[in-house]
Amino acid sequence: MALDSKTPKGPLKDKWTSYKNNIDLVNPANKRNIDVIVVGTGLAGGSAAATLAELGYNVKAFAYQDSPRRAHSIAAQGGINAAKNYQGDGDSSYRLFYDTVKGGDYRSREANVHRLAEVSANIIDQCVAQGVPFARDYGGMLDNRSFGGVLVSRTFYAKGQTGQQLLLGAYSAMNRQIARGKIEMFNRHEMLDVVKVDGKARGIIARNLITGEIERHSAHAVVIATGGYGNVYFLSTNAMGSNATAAWKIHKKGAHFANPCYTQIHPTCIPRSGDYQSKLTLMSESLRNDGRIWVPKSMDDVMAIREGRKSPTELTENERDYYLERRYPAFGNLVPRDVASRAAKERCDAGYGVNKTGEAVYLDFKSAIDRYGKEQAKLKGINNPSEDKTYELGQAIVEAKYGNLFQMYNKIVDEDPYKTPMMIYPATHYTMGGVWVDYNLMTTVDGLYCIGEANFSDHGANRLGASALMQGLADGYFVLPYTIGDYLSKDIRTGKIPTDTKEFDEAEKEVTERINFFVNNNGSKSVDYFHKKLGKIMWEKVGMARNEKGLKEAMAEIKAVREDFWKEVKVPGTADEMNPELEKAGRVADFLELGELFAKDALNRNESCGGHFREESVELDGLQKGEAKRDDVNYAYVAAWEYKGEPADAVLHKEQLEFNDIELKQRSYK
Amino acid sequence: MNLTLKIWRQKDANDKGQMVDYNVTDISEHMSFLEMMDVLNEQLINTGDEPVAFDHDCREGICGMCSMYINGEAHGPDRNVTTCQLHMRMFKDGDTITIEPFRATAFPVIKDLVVDRTSFERIQQAGGFISVNTSGNTQDGNAIPIPKKDADDAMDAATCIGCGACVASCKNSSAMLFVGAKVSQYALLPQGRVEATERVQNMVAQMDLEGFGNCTNTGACEIECPKGISLENIARMNTEFMKASLKG
Amino acid sequence: MSGLLKSSIGRKFAMAISAFFLMFFLLQHFVINLTSIFPDHGVTFNNLSHFMGTNPLIQYGMQPVLIFGVVFHFVMGFVLEIKNRSARQVSYAQNNGAANSTWMSRNMIWSGLAILAFIVLHFIDFWFPELNTKFIQGDWSGLHNGELRYFHELQEKFHNPARVGAYIGAFAFLAMHLLHGFNSAFQSMGANNKYTKGLKTFGKLYAIIIPVGFMIIALVHHFNHSH
Repeated sequence: MALDSKTPKGPLKDKWTSYKNNIDLVNPANKRNIDVIVVGTGLAGGSAAATLAELGYNVKAFAYQDSPRRAHSIAAQGGINAAKNYQGDGDSSYRLFYDTVKGGDYRSREANVHRLAEVSANIIDQCVAQGVPFARDYGGMLDNRSFGGVLVSRTFYAKGQTGQQLLLGAYSAMNRQIARGKIEMFNRHEMLDVVKVDGKARGIIARNLITGEIERHSAHAVVIATGGYGNVYFLSTNAMGSNATAAWKIHKKGAHFANPCYTQIHPTCIPRSGDYQSKLTLMSESLRNDGRIWVPKSMDDVMAIREGRKSPTELTENERDYYLERRYPAFGNLVPRDVASRAAKERCDAGYGVNKTGEAVYLDFKSAIDRYGKEQAKLKGINNPSEDKTYELGQAIVEAKYGNLFQMYNKIVDEDPYKTPMMIYPATHYTMGGVWVDYNLMTTVDGLYCIGEANFSDHGANRLGASALMQGLADGYFVLPYTIGDYLSKDIRTGKIPTDTKEFDEAEKEVTERINFFVNNNGSKSVDYFHKKLGKIMWEKVGMARNEKGLKEAMAEIKAVREDFWKEVKVPGTADEMNPELEKAGRVADFLELGELFAKDALNRNESCGGHFREESVELDGLQKGEAKRDDVNYAYVAAWEYKGEPADAVLHKEQLEFNDIELKQRSYK
Repeated sequence: MNLTLKIWRQKDANDKGQMVDYNVTDISEHMSFLEMMDVLNEQLINTGDEPVAFDHDCREGICGMCSMYINGEAHGPDRNVTTCQLHMRMFKDGDTITIEPFRATAFPVIKDLVVDRTSFERIQQAGGFISVNTSGNTQDGNAIPIPKKDADDAMDAATCIGCGACVASCKNSSAMLFVGAKVSQYALLPQGRVEATERVQNMVAQMDLEGFGNCTNTGACEIECPKGISLENIARMNTEFMKASLKG
Repeated sequence: MSGLLKSSIGRKFAMAISAFFLMFFLLQHFVINLTSIFPDHGVTFNNLSHFMGTNPLIQYGMQPVLIFGVVFHFVMGFVLEIKNRSARQVSYAQNNGAANSTWMSRNMIWSGLAILAFIVLHFIDFWFPELNTKFIQGDWSGLHNGELRYFHELQEKFHNPARVGAYIGAFAFLAMHLLHGFNSAFQSMGANNKYTKGLKTFGKLYAIIIPVGFMIIALVHHFNHSH
């Protein structure tokens, strides 16, 4: 089957408008007879559920947490981009579109990204109207900050908790509809399969996580908004419960899975401290505005620091290797995420890591504190301030900017980052890949939609900072409500979908059998044992740098772990009660398949682009020697995989990417 | 370090439940409290026992899912942290740690340390929103200037993660800090003023219906709140409520 | 209005209003008592007491309001205490209340009960005899042996060290009740902002000075009378 993106014809800037003018609509009376299931209630799912309910559809929303407001969108710190041009610095939807395509290393679909940029401004208006307390300046106007990879200031923020505030906004819109009875909310429920009737998605099988009951829910369309699959690495900045089960289940039922190898490794996370580590904590990208990243130049100093014989503050400037400034003089510490992450790995692989695990580099604020201190002394008219005074003045400025992050670091690491440099290391953060969707956000299964991080569509091979929130809300508030209406307009005569059909019987049977297998298997190893094993393989062989040999090994090793898992997994407790181990078992089982497809996709893509770096594909000479090398001739396509049983047997479908409005260039940060 | 844990075990909502003692060994001081619980659970699974169920998700202090009452305090002895941010360096080798679920009639136990906090959701559904459609066709975000102080105060109130530590810590199991924060966020913004009267009345009525206790201003909630939500928000809710009642 | 009194915040507000009224009464009572230790052999005290005891506005206007205030405050206190207790049916095995709140704030019911017990004693000592004299015997003259009797009666009561001890103990409880109650009442009425910092200090002073003052008055009379 050829992949049809269903992108409307016409000039790029008119596509979305003319699309909206020409789609079929459902009249309000008919909307009352149509049910929609939304799985996942983060920014994308929450905003979609609220909007669909406002429009008049009957929405059933599902979340595995005890409330939609706990979805992991809540953890996004920095901000949300929108082409408002409030700063008058030359921003426009076109520029946002351009930055996003370029930042994504030219691996995203132009028309989708342009639409995203077009609706971005609406998001801000909407959120303000909902009572989202965005930061404001002294004139009472919305404030902006800058983020990596762009030349304008277009990021709106609410302290360091923008994701939280936007999610609470979307949740408040949901609450209004829950109160009206238009959204039926299923908290502590997990979707375990999608049900197809005559080729169309018509419902789901879900497990009530409190009672263990298996439930059937039917609808005229199903929307998957369950986020990314970063937890395939075991350690990531995702929440503990973040999982790929819904996305993977629909993949197995016919939805193609696109570009799984595009995963963002965020450069500034707090390093792992031991094998017991359960998750990694992100420190906002904004820290790189003022922090300088370094490791010692000499191995002796590295060893001395690791053994506690020397403190990093004792090293002179000459003894430090500010490797980002050395390698990328033009962008220095502000190179994009993928570049910064790989550079840290390169130093640590060479043995220069500064903590016991050998996986940490310094992020040092000493220069910034000095600089701000001197500036403040001057402003306050203090001549020849003492070193302590300068430090004190500078510290106050740094505290005002990053105080909450410094406090968080201090609580976790128990070191004062004002006094001694922070230690950081890259960690899995976001997955650009995901379920393949067309321009309508529909998967390759009719009536089955996928939005937010769970789909693959807008970020190409690398996502820019503050764009995830934008995409989630754009999909949910402003895109899906139109596109799904076009589909549902054909369903007004269908009537209620019954759940006592053989399709539901079969799906439920499959789900129940799998659960029964887990609780009865009585193996010898815990679920986490396998998850950690998978994570280690993924991190070492399908992590920040990948090569053919490693990827082939990874595929074989993941398969072996998976086989062992199905023999030896041990799930205590029963199926008919709250059972967190059982929940984890199902999720890890899916990660064990997804991981292999991930490696397969990485193996197929023999180029370096964005977050995907193949050691075979680097610049061999010139200024860019050693940097990532994209291959537009052979790989300017979306790799959409069709499920065929074993992950290794997945069949590749290519959606060729066309760039009519943008010229493909190499990203250079030298 | 080696520790003795006294943990509340309760099979389900109908079970009576009891405290059970466990021992864990070789706990690193760099572990988070929940990682220590992971170690215990791994140990329990390996010995064929049922692991302790507890709520947790983001493990970075923002989702508000984790909810343990540790050594007599919500989220344990540290300040301005959730349980997932609490680190074992707060404890000493040989310590006995008591771990209980958040307790309130309005937060019934589901299993072990997991409680049902959907009473909070129902309070929000009673009025914790602004009745504006999500069409995007609202006025421009800058059409109504909002004084920086109001925006900042609204943000401080909105920082609430809805974990329920305020209820758990309050001797009266009062939810006023939570509801006060929600009411305040909207009361401080011009967009929220339109429905301010009905909102505060509806939310307070729902709060009372859920069986939370009344506030006696002990201030325990503010101290134990991982996000440092201020008592000012309760005072503001009181004023808003009385104003609304006078309006009728 | 009755609907308002069913809501948690309405009740809290009503507690605060009655508390303000009682605190105002306490201040007034204190000022009058203070005059009993003026070096004028009780003249001012007697005059003021007689005025308060015979003025119809105070007797028929303020007195019933006061009684209502006292009864309302403690009845509502009980009602809220019962409701608050039912809001947590299973208590904690270990609860470290001292970590986040003052003893006073957590034990208002106990300091309140101590004060209630004291009020009963106080009524037996002063108020019931007053009622008996005025309303049953119909003697509104305030005279005993041709002199205003109030100062003398006061001195008599503080003769017994056990009673003085009970009074002092009760005032200690009153101080504790007020140390939390004063600011709590303001918070309940919605006053909590940068301007209330000064109010908090004032509240603490009030909560200590008034009860300590009452204690001193009791002691002065006790020792003056003894020698």
